[in-house]
Amino acid sequence: MSRLLRLVPVVFRTIRRSPIRSGLTITGIAMAMYLFTGVEAMRSGVNEATEAGAGDSVLVVYRENRYCPFTSRLPQWYADRIERIDGVRAAVPMQVLVSNCRASLDVVTFRGVPDDKLDDSLDSQTVITAGSTDDWKRRGDAAVIGSALAARRGIRVGDLFSAAGISVYVAGILESEEMQERNSAWVHLPFLQEAMRRGGTGGFVTQFNVHVDDPTRMDDIAARIDDTFRHDERPTSTSPEKAFVGRAARDIVGIANFAGILGWGALAAVFALIANAIMLAMRDRIRDHAIMQTLGWTSPLIGWMVLVEGALLGLFGGVLGAFGAWLTIQYGRFAMTMEGTSIEISTSVWTAIIGTGLALGLGILAGVAPAVRLSRRSIASSFGAV
Amino acid sequence: MNSAFIRCRGLTRIYTRGTERITPLDALDLDIDRGRFVALMGPSGSGKTTLLNLLAGIDSPTEGELHVGDTAVHALSRSRLAAWRADHVGYIFQLYNLVPVLTAYENVELPLLLQSISRSERHQRVCAALESVGIADRHRHYPRQLSGGQEQRVAIARAIVTEPDLLLCDEPTGDLDRETATSIMELLQRLNRDEGRTIVMVTHDPATTRWADTLLHLEKGRLLEHEEAPA
Repeated sequence: MSRLLRLVPVVFRTIRRSPIRSGLTITGIAMAMYLFTGVEAMRSGVNEATEAGAGDSVLVVYRENRYCPFTSRLPQWYADRIERIDGVRAAVPMQVLVSNCRASLDVVTFRGVPDDKLDDSLDSQTVITAGSTDDWKRRGDAAVIGSALAARRGIRVGDLFSAAGISVYVAGILESEEMQERNSAWVHLPFLQEAMRRGGTGGFVTQFNVHVDDPTRMDDIAARIDDTFRHDERPTSTSPEKAFVGRAARDIVGIANFAGILGWGALAAVFALIANAIMLAMRDRIRDHAIMQTLGWTSPLIGWMVLVEGALLGLFGGVLGAFGAWLTIQYGRFAMTMEGTSIEISTSVWTAIIGTGLALGLGILAGVAPAVRLSRRSIASSFGAV
Repeated sequence: MNSAFIRCRGLTRIYTRGTERITPLDALDLDIDRGRFVALMGPSGSGKTTLLNLLAGIDSPTEGELHVGDTAVHALSRSRLAAWRADHVGYIFQLYNLVPVLTAYENVELPLLLQSISRSERHQRVCAALESVGIADRHRHYPRQLSGGQEQRVAIARAIVTEPDLLLCDEPTGDLDRETATSIMELLQRLNRDEGRTIVMVTHDPATTRWADTLLHLEKGRLLEHEEAPA
């Protein structure tokens, strides 16, 4: 084993001293792994936003056959009737205003909630990391900003912040496990209704966020809400929040699924790049390997060097690409927003580590065939091939 | 019992190319004593390099036996042959055959990486080998930064760094000018006389045979002449 490890620096020197070939190969691998990690981050964001969890307990009540916050209008008094349904803990009327209705990487989503319902509208684990909700309650134009939105726009407590034609005072920053909360600005419902000039307070809202007591009864309660308003002038469509996001952002989900193919393509590109680099290197180094064998290096040792070379190329390219993408996403705090629902492009350091591991594995895999071929070659035929 | 260091009995090598059979070495019987400096001469295709490759364990005989010291080289498997080569054989090529991306020091270090010795001992032995061939001041140079004579000195350092019993040289001065060739031959002679290494050298140049104490002439794979100076 120690003999095998002693050879690693020799391979490293070989890579370092062929800077153009190694550099081009590593750059290619890095770009492919950057793409792969980016795609995985997008898919991970989509999964997090749309995959239901066992503890999910929020239903979204939307106007039936409406898919955009500008067209979904429900009477605010529906909240009382919803709250009377068995199993409903709270119904928070919510007005949604977005700065851009199309899919975009930097959309501001305002969510207007009644003054006494801010806590009900947020996840129980959500915390205010700067400022306070008292400040929010004191000022009619106050907003509590989600941490991702605040980071993306450089917003701090005390700032005046404008988007979608309205200006708000930033009373607090919240940190939440919920993607939609991290990417929204929470304002007073009457303020938002006035700002949108749609009938004033007590009028219409975009949706209701309904908190249920028992997460296992979500579908049952959703059906009962829709039954309640089935014959009303404005019937509703109720679904769990994650399903609602999946439906609202179905175009993004579609793009993410397609991007998954690109991710596999990126891995195939890594394999092809390393395999090509190694094949060319083997051709160039037939004589060197024959010399080493003459010096007493066995065929398996030469094969081992080829595997190590593939592994190192994959490792260097993987680290550069995967961690480069991770850093970009980490500092960019990108979120794709469509029709008021946000899907973060988010990745943990584990995605970068897994990406690097994959590049390493592919590097080793790409070296297997050349290594086997080389280890079967006799010294005499290697010298003869020069 | 024969006490020769190298013993060939009926050593034959046959290559098959399509239907054609080529026999560069044909039932060769040969004994070489330990500590000899043997010059192997003969026209092209006489089997000199084939014999050298068989002695080095780079190639295997089709028939016959080859013993070097206590080892039946002809009977070794490929991996055992490599291990034996690493411990007992130093090989010097006509075209030096240094690894171009490694420095002189790293080229000499290559055979030692196979041995279980400490890094400091490895360093000591590489420095000693470079010192003994008079090229220590060039240890950081790459092969492309060295002259032909200097490259060959590095190659010799690489061949002797493991302190092998047997040094095999394939026209070691074939690519050098007369003056440099003389200095290389003097170096080989010193290794033979002072350190007692057995040397088998293939050469085309009659001028280089004066450093050898034994002269073998091969022709068509057979031994034509065997001149031996008293030991």
